[in-house]
Amino acid sequence: MQDYQTQKSTVLDILDKHQAMPGNLLPILHGIQDTLGYIPPAAVADIANALQLSKAEVHGVISFYHYFRDTAPGKHTVRICRAESCQSMNGKALENHAKQHLNIDFHETTADGRFSLEPVYCLGNCACSPSITIDNEVFGRVTPEKFDQLLACKGAE
Amino acid sequence: MTRLFISRDSTALSLGAEQVVTAIQQQAAAKGQSVEIVRNGSRGLFWLEPLVEVETSEGRVAYGPVEVSDVASLLEAGALEGKQHPLYLGNIEELPYFKNQDRLTFARVGLTDPVNINDYIANDGYRGLKNALNLQPAEIVKQVTDSGLRGRGGAAFPTGIKWNTVLNAPAEQKYIVCNADEGDSGTFSDRMIMEGDPFVLIEGMTIAGLAVGATQGYIYLRVEYPHAQVALNQAIAAAYANGYLGDNIQNSGKTFNLEVRMGAGAYICGEETSLLESLEGKRGLVRFKPPLPAIVGLFGKPTIVNNVISLASVPVILDKGGDFYRDYGMGRSRGTLPLQLAGNIKHPGLFEAAFGMTLRELLYEYGGGSASGRPIRAVQVGGPLGAYVHEGQFDTPLDYEAFAAISAVLGHGGIVVHDDTVNMADMARYAMEFCVEESCGKCTPCRIGSTRGVEVIDRIVEGVEKDKNTVLLRDLCNTMTYGSLCAMGGMTPFPVLSALNHFPEDFGLKSKA
Repeated sequence: MQDYQTQKSTVLDILDKHQAMPGNLLPILHGIQDTLGYIPPAAVADIANALQLSKAEVHGVISFYHYFRDTAPGKHTVRICRAESCQSMNGKALENHAKQHLNIDFHETTADGRFSLEPVYCLGNCACSPSITIDNEVFGRVTPEKFDQLLACKGAE
Repeated sequence: MTRLFISRDSTALSLGAEQVVTAIQQQAAAKGQSVEIVRNGSRGLFWLEPLVEVETSEGRVAYGPVEVSDVASLLEAGALEGKQHPLYLGNIEELPYFKNQDRLTFARVGLTDPVNINDYIANDGYRGLKNALNLQPAEIVKQVTDSGLRGRGGAAFPTGIKWNTVLNAPAEQKYIVCNADEGDSGTFSDRMIMEGDPFVLIEGMTIAGLAVGATQGYIYLRVEYPHAQVALNQAIAAAYANGYLGDNIQNSGKTFNLEVRMGAGAYICGEETSLLESLEGKRGLVRFKPPLPAIVGLFGKPTIVNNVISLASVPVILDKGGDFYRDYGMGRSRGTLPLQLAGNIKHPGLFEAAFGMTLRELLYEYGGGSASGRPIRAVQVGGPLGAYVHEGQFDTPLDYEAFAAISAVLGHGGIVVHDDTVNMADMARYAMEFCVEESCGKCTPCRIGSTRGVEVIDRIVEGVEKDKNTVLLRDLCNTMTYGSLCAMGGMTPFPVLSALNHFPEDFGLKSKA
């Protein structure tokens, strides 16, 4: 985990840029997570201060939304769809395979810091289930074999 | 110079379209052949993606599904001149799957370059807006009312009535909000519009703004759709640059500004009041209704909240008239619905059709049966809060009222197919589990009821006091249906009870006589 003092200027900069925007909390949180990879718990006080909210309100918003995270992710984030369409095409087997292959559960990161594993409920790729994303890339009709290949490619980067 | 079309749609990309583009560029260049590759939307025939279309003097010739390993043989066979090859499909628009659709809302998707405004205008784009600029607000609303358009997000509320309420609500500031939080499994039509023809959504929202006097619009887009975000922002920038958004739209003196806002992975934010809370920067807690968002909406102001497809259907209505649109469909379901075939189906895709065809026709005649080749056992229509329908109900016409009559939901038109390996007790349990995961937590029937629901289903399946627990599950579903604040808790019983009623054997209960 990085020291917040090195991240603080980034956070203040993002807060500054969004000062005049109506309903700016989600765009601010996105901005921070896009830049730092997560929302450092120590940033909550600065965000609350800038928006004149309580720390509890800011924390409440961060924890409400599945996408926001308060710990640093692995180098790559793998999201596996758990929704009905993917289930109809053996998504559960893929989910189990992924957990076994990476030796982690959902919301965890591999010991080498390469991969974080997250569940997702629908990627809108239901015509080619089961689907996963690796970072911002979507992959369809993913079999356990294809999963291993995709991760091998990413792992080598 | 040969023009090719290869889709930038997420599903095409998920099957390797980007790699096919690179391979064609490299291999054509090596042969000294000059190609221009247009990145279009998808035609929606997803079993044929990545699809490569070649522009020839006789029209477009399609090949698919194309893998990188096919590129060499395609070029060798003369695909750039539209010649024969094992992957040759001819004119995609002549395939029955495409030809038998009624593409009103999706007229341009797959045809044009989605972010090229000149392409949009050359293909009948902005004709609806042009008409709207010459009409009084009430006349615009009347066209939408006359069209019979009902909310395509699933609730099917008459769009014209909603617009009229906002029109008649006095306020200095009003808003148009597009609900692009398409979180239902089995649905992708919103995504296809936003990636494949974003201008039609922008035009629809602009017309909505003119109709009710709103000058600011927001598209609340789910974070799972990064490609749609890119396409929308490119199209919005082009619309501003060409005077179709901003302070003086086409020199009319009218103002409409538009911005994309990203969600953050909360399914509940597809519920309109939760979405508004989220746009205001809060937790997505559902609001009590009344007041309706049309009266007290975003930042407390009168607000139209419409789904992507509802808004994207407005331009054709304003272009060709409410009567034109109303002449499609059956009963009180007027116009067309972009149906989405997904899950375990041989020919998945987007099928825009007038209301009224039967589910069976769609599943077998066009869908080609299951992908696994096994019998289709259960079909969930209308997303995770829709009922599972069984074989005996497949002749139901795709119509809001006909589905309601069999205690099912047509909703957004998403259809997820399961073959006979599905365990319906598992699916019922999953429906409750999903509600646990995604409930906003404001009302007790949804927040606690779903947790208890998982437990009760587990006890039934484990054989613990089966009969008593089945009564308890039904009672719980009754409480959720009538006691929840919104559709999340209120409709979770649809998949649960339909699974229990139609497939009791999967719960270890006696089959119906």
